[in-house]
Amino acid sequence: MIRLLYFAWVREAIGKDGEAVDPPAAVTDVAALVAWLATRGGGYAEAFADPARLRAAVDQTFAPLSTPIAGVGEIALFPPVTGG
Amino acid sequence: MSTRVAAQEDDFDVAAELARLEALGGGGVASFTGVVRGGDGLTALRLEAYPGMTLRALESIAAEAMARWSLLGCTLIHRHGTLAVGDRIVLVGTASRHRASALEACAFLIDWAKTKAPLWKQELFADGSARWVEARAEDDVAAAEWDASAEHGKP
Repeated sequence: MIRLLYFAWVREAIGKDGEAVDPPAAVTDVAALVAWLATRGGGYAEAFADPARLRAAVDQTFAPLSTPIAGVGEIALFPPVTGG
Repeated sequence: MSTRVAAQEDDFDVAAELARLEALGGGGVASFTGVVRGGDGLTALRLEAYPGMTLRALESIAAEAMARWSLLGCTLIHRHGTLAVGDRIVLVGTASRHRASALEACAFLIDWAKTKAPLWKQELFADGSARWVEARAEDDVAAAEWDASAEHGKP
C-alpha cells in the first residue's frame, strides 16, 4: 500500500486530502500512478487531466513524475508550489 | 552560526527576530517581509502547507544559504492558514559581517522559499469566490539563477 496525499486544487478536485492505494504491478512510476488514478474518472480525471500541471513529492522529497514507486511509503501530488 | 526556521500559523515579531540577528555580532542584517497584498476585491489568502515536509524544506533552504554565504545566522519563518490583507506571510533575515553576503543571501532565501517549499496560496475574494494562485515562470527563473551561480551568489 502507498499513502497518497493531495494538496491545493488536486485535493479539491478529488474531494479528499489523501488515501491509501494498492496499484497494479504495471504501475511502476509516479506518472503511471497518476494515469491509473485518472482512469477512476470524476474528480480524479479532472485533477490529473494534464500531468504537466502536476508536481510530486516521494517520501516528502520533491521528485519528478518519472520516479519509480517500488518501496515508496508516501506520495504527494499537487500543483506547482506558490509560497513566499 | 545560528539558524532559526519555522512554519507556523501564528504571526511573528519582526523586531524581535531582527534583534536576534543583530545580536550575533556581525556588521550587517538584511531582511525581507512578505505581506498579503490587497486589491481586486481580495480579502484574504489561505496558505496550505504539507505537514512534516514544509518545515523540512524550509530548513534545507536555510542550510543551503548558510553553506553558500558566510553568514553568522539566518531566519526563515513562513506562515500558513488564513491571512488577511496586510498580514505578514513570510520573514527572511540574514546576518553577516558585510552587507553583500547578507543582501544576496536574503534574496536567495526568498527566491527559493517561493519555489522550493511545499506551500500553496489560495486567494479569497469579497464575493465569496476563491482562486488558487498560479506559479509564475519568473519566480522559477529567479530561483534557477541561483542554481546556475557559482559558490557565492549570482555570477
